[in-house]
Amino acid sequence: MNLQDMIRPAVRDVPPSGIRKYFDLINEMKEAISLGIGEPDFVTPWGIREAGIYSLEKGHTHYSSNPGFIELRRQIAKYVERKYDAVYDPAKEIVVTVGASEGIDIALRALVGPGDEVIIPEPSFVAYKGCTAFTGATPVVIELKEEDEFRLKPEQLIKALTDRTKVVILPFPNNPTGAVMTEEDQRKIVDVLKDKDVIIISDEIYAELTYSGKHRSFASYPEIKEKTILINGFSKAFAMTGWRIGYACGHPVLIEAMNKIHQYAIMCAPTTAQYAAAEALSSCDDEVDAMVREYNRRRRVMVNGFRKAGLECFEPLGAFYVFPCIKSTGMSSDEFCERLLVEEKVLTVPGSAFGACGEGYIRATYANSYENIVEAMKRISRFVSAHK
Amino acid sequence: MEEILEILESNARATAEEIALMLDKSVEEVKATIKKLEEENVIVGYNTLINWENSTRENVTALIEVKVTPQRGQGFEKVAERIYRYPQVKSCYLMSGGFDLTVIIEGKSMKDVALFVAEKLAPLESVLSTATHFVLKKYKDDGVVFEENNKDDREVLIL
Repeated sequence: MNLQDMIRPAVRDVPPSGIRKYFDLINEMKEAISLGIGEPDFVTPWGIREAGIYSLEKGHTHYSSNPGFIELRRQIAKYVERKYDAVYDPAKEIVVTVGASEGIDIALRALVGPGDEVIIPEPSFVAYKGCTAFTGATPVVIELKEEDEFRLKPEQLIKALTDRTKVVILPFPNNPTGAVMTEEDQRKIVDVLKDKDVIIISDEIYAELTYSGKHRSFASYPEIKEKTILINGFSKAFAMTGWRIGYACGHPVLIEAMNKIHQYAIMCAPTTAQYAAAEALSSCDDEVDAMVREYNRRRRVMVNGFRKAGLECFEPLGAFYVFPCIKSTGMSSDEFCERLLVEEKVLTVPGSAFGACGEGYIRATYANSYENIVEAMKRISRFVSAHK
Repeated sequence: MEEILEILESNARATAEEIALMLDKSVEEVKATIKKLEEENVIVGYNTLINWENSTRENVTALIEVKVTPQRGQGFEKVAERIYRYPQVKSCYLMSGGFDLTVIIEGKSMKDVALFVAEKLAPLESVLSTATHFVLKKYKDDGVVFEENNKDDREVLIL
């Protein structure tokens, strides 16, 4: 028996991650600086960690209800209303997931299958396309453009919509570009979608990390709220990546369907993480604000560093990524990243890893210490001058 | 302004150029603000935080609770001044609660500190009583944990 033949084509045909080789390279290097990892360098604030520890001391080591402790869901409802002006019933409209990633997965699995189309703006987080492909549905890519500041334009969306479109993914603030949608941009998208029979999956995991004013959620537009699944989580805002905890909010019919998959696949999100998450929502605003201020300072330093190095660099206003254009070096993204790693020991990720239209760009994250960023920018500058 | 203070509080060596870049302001503007903050005594110094334990110098720190009699017309100010003028006194705070002044002393040895208390501090006319507590180990000072492992142990996965 050929085991490969036993793997579903929908899974087998998804290519393995193209950036694996970098990680193998960097593991053997001393003094390499990684601007490649998409997670906060901050450790989870102590108050949150303490709440997790305390829950263990008290012996809270059992399952919670499938969609998560009702107390946590109530807190999520309060938080989402306070932050993003969207009201959800904690009893029926919220499910606590294993990271925002699970939310994306179960939303897609609940909604699409072979024959359905899922609109995915790219460059973006690789899981959208992967999870779509696993369901057998067809990803339809919209290529976001630097001249549009990597925002989704209504014309692009109209062009991509067909009778088979079942889901539109809205990945803003965006990984890897750092693009955010202004209210004006959002309204145009809302106008296109409000009368369409499609479900919107709005992945707003980077909502707290914006640097040009308060984040506005797609779920806050009444015209589309019913058809919108809001995905968010604790990983980025509260530096809780390893805890694997997130949530999805939406219409009871949608959440019930997602919860069906969730209860069989996962049972419930880890309870220790749920207790910690509740603490995060109730008492960590100051810590989050301080982290955001720090990210913003590093963001400016990094953007400036790329520009000084002679690379065109779009100004990212969200997340913790910078997405400079490296076309002027004549190298491909992949070549640039590999040579930069080998010659200067700085790890970045080729833009092409986030979709074909990311070719010509690289992603660098400023979720690293100020000192490391300054040193990395020195090395990148030296690298770019050496290859001009 | 507050953000400049936030930056300098955690790194006194941050230059005006660096701060300007971090805050998207002009270097001149940052320099002027810092100068103003210094003049207004908001920024009162730029110290280095030293973990003496790891140096070759012997160093003993003690926290002394001091009860005093406030003086007519001058409250605690005058007594406090007579105490904090000594170079051995690293910090001096007026307290609420069971005693009046916290005095933090550094010396070369316990004896050194004890003699200072016995000979200089306790005999002061307004000082009613003192209680000396020696610091055995500093875990954290000025917001900095002394023996923290800051190694980046983030592992790489897909993006």
